[in-house]
Amino acid sequence: MPPGWGGTLLVGLLHSIEIAIGATCLGLLIGTGGAWGKLYGGPVTRDLLAVYTTVVRAVPELVLILLLYYAGTDLINQLLTAMGYQRVDISGLAAGIFVLGVVQGAYSTEVIRGAILSIPQGQIEAARAYGMPPGLMLRRITLPAMLPFAIPGLANLWLIATKDTALLAVVGFFELTLATRQAAGVTKAYLVFYLAAGALYLALTLFSNVIIGRVEAWSRRGMPSIKEAR
Amino acid sequence: MSAVEAAAVPAGQAQSGAAEAIHVENLHKKFGQLHVLKGVSLSARDGEVIAIIGGSGSGKSTLLRCINCLENPTSGIIRVNGEEIKLKADSHGHTVPADRKQIERIRSRLGMVFQNFNLWSHMTLIENVIEVPVHVLGVKRDEAIAQAEKLLARVGLAEKRDVYPAFLSGGQQQRAAIARALAINPRVMLFDEPTSALDPELVGEVLKVIGDLAREGRTMVLVTHEMKFAREVATHVVYLYNGLVEEEGPPEQLFGAPKSERLKQFLRNVG
Repeated sequence: MPPGWGGTLLVGLLHSIEIAIGATCLGLLIGTGGAWGKLYGGPVTRDLLAVYTTVVRAVPELVLILLLYYAGTDLINQLLTAMGYQRVDISGLAAGIFVLGVVQGAYSTEVIRGAILSIPQGQIEAARAYGMPPGLMLRRITLPAMLPFAIPGLANLWLIATKDTALLAVVGFFELTLATRQAAGVTKAYLVFYLAAGALYLALTLFSNVIIGRVEAWSRRGMPSIKEAR
Repeated sequence: MSAVEAAAVPAGQAQSGAAEAIHVENLHKKFGQLHVLKGVSLSARDGEVIAIIGGSGSGKSTLLRCINCLENPTSGIIRVNGEEIKLKADSHGHTVPADRKQIERIRSRLGMVFQNFNLWSHMTLIENVIEVPVHVLGVKRDEAIAQAEKLLARVGLAEKRDVYPAFLSGGQQQRAAIARALAINPRVMLFDEPTSALDPELVGEVLKVIGDLAREGRTMVLVTHEMKFAREVATHVVYLYNGLVEEEGPPEQLFGAPKSERLKQFLRNVG
């Protein structure tokens, strides 16, 4: 086994993490806006968001990735040529983050909406009663207060995002699964490389769990331990 | 000032010449088919303590919550410090504040204290108290903290400044909520049944704080079930029945010699 293949897998892992972080951040942005729109928006906003979350959650992610990646880049290039610009190559990283981010956004919208509904409404009312503008209230009250209720759901979504990066192998993006397939295919050491890839995904999950545990403990700082209430 | 308004001010009160902090005129509130307020008027001059009493469902909390538009009135006039709250009809025909900036400015000068405290659970007491001064009113953080420490000491919670609300008793939480209201240097304090959610042995400590504020001349509108307390601290008492002012006047008159049969009945029942 050439010593370079281990490095190849690590580069693949790094790309997977990049995509997962980017997609989760985009998903959280979409999810926050989406939840706010679904709860407080006008009828048109609510209808559009309902269509978005329903369609994205109904279609298999693999289909969405193929659709958005190939049809999406094609559409952008048609628009560019129509406006008289050169065709561009969309970077696999940007496309991957966008596609998975749109998927994550739909699920995050529902997780965050549910978490906002779990906040004792008196706290929101107090913010209104003291004249907080909507943006300040979202930043200072709504988001921190909903966090303890959202963390378990969002942690699930993060772990799903780390594994969904493997789907991007079908559009040729060089992430951990594609790197493993190349390494295994060339060396014929299938068992070694697929076990190694599995171990890397597991390590990522274990590391994530430590971080998530800390964030969750911090977000619940104002809440009594549930063990005492047992 | 009209003759009606003049009559609403208790005669012989020192503050009868003071400016009107809150003026409510012919207020109606409907929740769907339910007509909760049927034309209520109310006035609070600087230094006055207005107690609103009445049975369950009489509309007293709704009246208080309309003053800062936590509930939007269906019709009527509300003036705070002489400034009339601009209202408009939205696309569904509901009345809503017409000017968001105006209503936010007015709210930031009305210190509201809720039945269920409603402290922000992710903030310590000191963070709760400085939140509005720092982020809404633009007070410098260290000034706000110095002020908040004084206020927490005043309500007897100096040692609890870094504790989260969920770790405190109801009485402590409500006293912290009063400190939060005082921190905005409110023109008027609004109390919405501040002791109704408390265990009986904790009611006294909260009433003592509110009573001290009343005696130092704070302007207040107080919805309460504590008749003895209302009689002690109020300068003017309003008895609501079924969405209308049934009787109002100075506490000695309202509690000592009520005219209305319904009020007599009510006082016997809660007595």
